[in-house]
Amino acid sequence: MAIGKDMSGTLTIVVVEEDRDRAVAIVDALMDSGDHEVHVIADPSGLARKIAAHAPDIVLIDIDHPTRDMMEELTLASGPLDRPVAMFVSGAAGGLAQAAIESGVSAYVVDGLAPDRLKPVIDTAIARFRMFRQMRTELAETRRALEERKVIDRAKGLLMKAKGIDEDAAYALLRKTAMDQGRRVAEVAEALVTASGLLS
Amino acid sequence: MIPVSLPVAYVPLVDAAPLIIAQDMGFAAAEGISLDLVSAPSWSSVRDMLAFGRVDAAHLLSPMPVAMGLGLGGVTTELVAPYVLSANGNVIGVGRTLEARLREAGYGFDFTDAAAAATALAAVLKQGGNAPVTFGAPFPFSMHVELLRYWFDSTPLRECRIDIRVVPPPMMAQALADGDVDAFCVGEPWGSVAVEQGAGALMLPGKAIWEFAPEKVLAVRRAWAETEPHLLSRLMQALWRAGRWLSQPDSRTTAAEILSRPEWLGIPPELIDRALSGRFTISTRAEQREVEGFLNFHDGAANFPWRSQAKWIADRIALANGLDRAEAQRIAGGIFRADLYREHMAGGDVDLPGASEKLEGSIRHGTAVASHKGGLILQPDRFFDGRIFDPIPDEC
Repeated sequence: MAIGKDMSGTLTIVVVEEDRDRAVAIVDALMDSGDHEVHVIADPSGLARKIAAHAPDIVLIDIDHPTRDMMEELTLASGPLDRPVAMFVSGAAGGLAQAAIESGVSAYVVDGLAPDRLKPVIDTAIARFRMFRQMRTELAETRRALEERKVIDRAKGLLMKAKGIDEDAAYALLRKTAMDQGRRVAEVAEALVTASGLLS
Repeated sequence: MIPVSLPVAYVPLVDAAPLIIAQDMGFAAAEGISLDLVSAPSWSSVRDMLAFGRVDAAHLLSPMPVAMGLGLGGVTTELVAPYVLSANGNVIGVGRTLEARLREAGYGFDFTDAAAAATALAAVLKQGGNAPVTFGAPFPFSMHVELLRYWFDSTPLRECRIDIRVVPPPMMAQALADGDVDAFCVGEPWGSVAVEQGAGALMLPGKAIWEFAPEKVLAVRRAWAETEPHLLSRLMQALWRAGRWLSQPDSRTTAAEILSRPEWLGIPPELIDRALSGRFTISTRAEQREVEGFLNFHDGAANFPWRSQAKWIADRIALANGLDRAEAQRIAGGIFRADLYREHMAGGDVDLPGASEKLEGSIRHGTAVASHKGGLILQPDRFFDGRIFDPIPDEC
């Protein structure tokens, strides 16, 4: 995909990302999307200064990154109302901004950068960040499911011992209690484990 | 009836309490709403979520909607503040190096006198060859920055070479330890966290500079306030009840316990209690200091968005950024929406002041003022240097 190379030259893009693998993946995707000069900043100390040194057209940063507020100093860097960097000002970028926020990337863009040059870069970033966000969510889900299964197993064990029933009966009892109380099986199991810990 | 779910963004700080308590203690449910509270790691993130419609309301630094109205800072969605969530609640502190030099010079860390603190700090800085120092603050448009600048401007600190740099509050203790900043102004619990981690000592509560500074506001998109007046009204009612509950001394322990839970602030209740009670440990020497009304969620019409407060903020931002000060005040008058407060809070338990502007800094003692129920007492709003801010009145 060739964008804007013909007359306006390459875009300089800065990616703020501490996770090395993630940074590499994002840089690769950006390189594939066009002839860009991409810099990665991994260490957020003195962020505004480091970014300014690259004089980028676009800065991409994780929306959940706590150092993002340091970026705001840049928007004031060259005097009042003469912003070198603004987040999606308006117009054509409006819909993009929403998609970007949902996927977890925030972008700072030099005022006046043509939307047709901006869009492919942002689209690529959105796709990448969305993928990472999904992976993160899935990982958290998997971890939680594992935790829950452990607690349910312990609760089953407690019931089997206390009531002299088998595993299936213990699980059925947990499930019935959960249904009666309008709660999740894992919640009931956790309550049982906690209570038994207190009583023992 | 299923409550209407309302997404609201906040930064996990002690002064997010009215939102958390409104949801956790059932004040929101009583109004038929359920707050879907979205925690954000930065103020820019809160602003973007609000501006681009991910949430409908937000816990925001009071100068942020004003700065946005003045066209500063990138995002230009029109926001309004119909309600003030809290007054005061910041602390100013110094790192270990400056603390040691101040003690050497005989400064007593009284945690009260802003003029004396400035004189002591300026003397120490000049004695050190007037080398540049850096204060960390959470955001370029924050009451923290405005209080610091006001304090510098009216004291010998104006002759010192001081920079203010943005440092996210959770990173402040580390920034002090690394020498990236020499001093700071942050909201609680982060000042106390810095003390606990041995990174520095507290010098002043924000209140010592301006006694009644609007700290956080409830911000909404102007368009949303117009299309969803009923939701806004219920949200404000729930917040007001939560604020009143928080203002009762009996609620303090429960409030600290709730806020300390991992899903909210996730820090020990003892640290949160310092802000709620105003009883501080200001240094690693376990020195105790007490501040009455350190953080105010309710008293003295704290929730009323005085247009004069917005005008003071706008005037200060305009001064710092070379904008037209009269024009800035005119715009700010339309951002703190006293009219919306009156519209949505009328008819209940809330006492409404007769005026929408006051001479900021002119109230020296608790003062009864004209109000529709006749029971309103405004609290002192003095600036430490005794100056009075006379806002430019709205045309018409």
